[in-house]
Amino acid sequence: MDRPKKRWLNMLRVAFGQSKMVSRPVSGTLHLIVYIGFIIINIELLEIVLDGLLGTHRILAPYLGSFYSFLIASFEVLAALVIISVILFWTRRNLLKINRFWNSEMKGWPKKDADFILYFEIILMSLFLLMNATDFLLQNSEAPNYVKAGFFPVSQFITPFFTSFSIQTLILFERTFWWLHISGILIFLNYLYYSKHLHILLAFPNTFFANLDPKGKFVNNKTVKKEVKRMLDPNIDPYASLESGSESSKFGASDVLDLNWVQLMNSYTCTECGRCTSECPANQTGKLLSPRKIMMDTRDRLEEVGANITLNGSFKDDGKQLLNNYISQEELWACTSCNACVEACPVGIDPLSIIMDMRQYLVMEQSSAPGDLNNMMSNIENNGAPWPFNNQDRLLWANDN
Amino acid sequence: MHVPTLAEITAEGKKPEVLFWVGCAGSFDDRAKKISKSFVKILQKASISFAVLGTEESCTGDPAKRAGNEFLFQMQAMANIEVLNSYSVTKIVTTCPHCFNTLKNEYPDLGGKYEVVHHTQLINDLLKEGRFSISGSYYKGKRITYHDPCYLGRANQVYEAPRKLIKKLDAELLEMKNCKEKGLCCGAGGAQMFKEPEKGNKDVNIERTEQALKTNPDIIAAACPFCNTMMSDGVKNKEMDENIEVKDIAELIASAEGM
Ligand code: SF4
Ligand code: SF4
Repeated sequence: MDRPKKRWLNMLRVAFGQSKMVSRPVSGTLHLIVYIGFIIINIELLEIVLDGLLGTHRILAPYLGSFYSFLIASFEVLAALVIISVILFWTRRNLLKINRFWNSEMKGWPKKDADFILYFEIILMSLFLLMNATDFLLQNSEAPNYVKAGFFPVSQFITPFFTSFSIQTLILFERTFWWLHISGILIFLNYLYYSKHLHILLAFPNTFFANLDPKGKFVNNKTVKKEVKRMLDPNIDPYASLESGSESSKFGASDVLDLNWVQLMNSYTCTECGRCTSECPANQTGKLLSPRKIMMDTRDRLEEVGANITLNGSFKDDGKQLLNNYISQEELWACTSCNACVEACPVGIDPLSIIMDMRQYLVMEQSSAPGDLNNMMSNIENNGAPWPFNNQDRLLWANDN
Repeated sequence: MHVPTLAEITAEGKKPEVLFWVGCAGSFDDRAKKISKSFVKILQKASISFAVLGTEESCTGDPAKRAGNEFLFQMQAMANIEVLNSYSVTKIVTTCPHCFNTLKNEYPDLGGKYEVVHHTQLINDLLKEGRFSISGSYYKGKRITYHDPCYLGRANQVYEAPRKLIKKLDAELLEMKNCKEKGLCCGAGGAQMFKEPEKGNKDVNIERTEQALKTNPDIIAAACPFCNTMMSDGVKNKEMDENIEVKDIAELIASAEGM
């Protein structure tokens, strides 16, 4: 791993600091609120868990004094803001029908997943506020164990719904909300791995390992480099077998196992936000290509290969691959390599590198480029230019009028 | 015009300050040849010693690499690097962002390490060094919109050099809805220039031309021979070619200075 300092900075800026999110101000701001809410309210989670384990009530309050009230108050305000933001998110997704949420790859599970997360967040935040509301009432009625602690600027407005209940019932409510809240969080944490929501964890390593070079610099294929070196080296026996080592000599990628681990991590980090696709010139002009779909297909296929390996011990040919079964050649050939998708991605994903690796496979392993491109390439091979001109005429332009 | 080759200059025992990498479009494409000439006129005006490779130049391999033919790319690169290194070339300027990107970013790993600049960067340097100047009345008040080539802008973060030059012309610089980091491709990159587009509901260059037309320009400025072709086709398609010119920045400067 090279340039660690730059990598930490990139992670701090892009993942922690959300620098790319704000390039779209509305969704960027809403996301910022949910993100900050998520991080800060997690501090309260620590106390909630401690109280549960030790049978205490607001264990941190005596240590923090009036600062404790401030903390609880800000958690409540944040929780309310998160609920509002999430409702706006839901509205944008379902009522405003913003284009990027309605591309064909968003049908079925991805759509459900996105909505499900929003519902989940509303429920968790509401449970947190409900728990505080009942706690507040219990504190005020001096129920045993419910010491006075905290300030509840939001949940005090929920208390009227509960005032008619007896202390016993209130305790039952308070405990139920506590349990639902904590088990909701545990369920949510397990759900992450099946969801685009995994980005809340992977955004960090993903931005850390993201490409730091200029975006125009495409990696020179190492297998090809070896081969070219061998061809140009007069001291090497041209008939010796190509690869003596165990390293694969396959050119490019036709399936997920041909991709590198950063590309695979990219696919699990993808938030399916579609910012890449909405900036893609091919997609904007109605082509099949959608960089988001490239990432979703990669993840889906990787899941399939993973299940295959779990079942068989090692990968058993299932007659499928990423190419053709998931990503069509038509999609791959529509890319202009413009890097708009890479620039747009808020978590540092590079869909273009997968497209390029798959093109390499198509051209070098399958010779299946579109005919026009084959002509272009044979022109370069024969006369050093993509068009059929004689290289001897290269300087004629200087004499033209 | 006389354009010296590196072979000639070396035979005279001299070394030019900079090698002008003309590129395939700049050498063979009728429209792009005019850009090469304009740029040479600027180099001459600034009295910078330069040379071209002429028949010793060959495609950088960029379109092959973007099409997926890494093998052909690396063969081209190795051949070019051998020529460049045999002349001990140290600094290269190119009018094509694709050549620029490939030479600058992808050749070093294969043994070709040079200082590579785009012509808009070099012209800025020449102006700064006072080697020539732009008087700036020719385009005064003209409305010029600038299209960011992907391989100059997003790919290499060169957004300001071309804009500075347009401002030097005393023209009014207009930004399109998508510019700089968010610039929309002209549709030629990734070897698309050499093939028919996939099925869709519009061509990319038309979409981009529409964005340019919305700024109501007199001139669409480009800094890439391929973008130039795509935008010219777009303007023609919109039947606006009578009113709107598509020009490379080098051409704008050359005609402003009456070269
Ligand atoms: S690089 Fe390819 S996939 Fe990405 S935005 Fe550009 S055309 Fe679309
Ligand atoms: S690749 Fe990035 S921009 Fe595209 S959908 Fe995934 S997270 Fe969003």
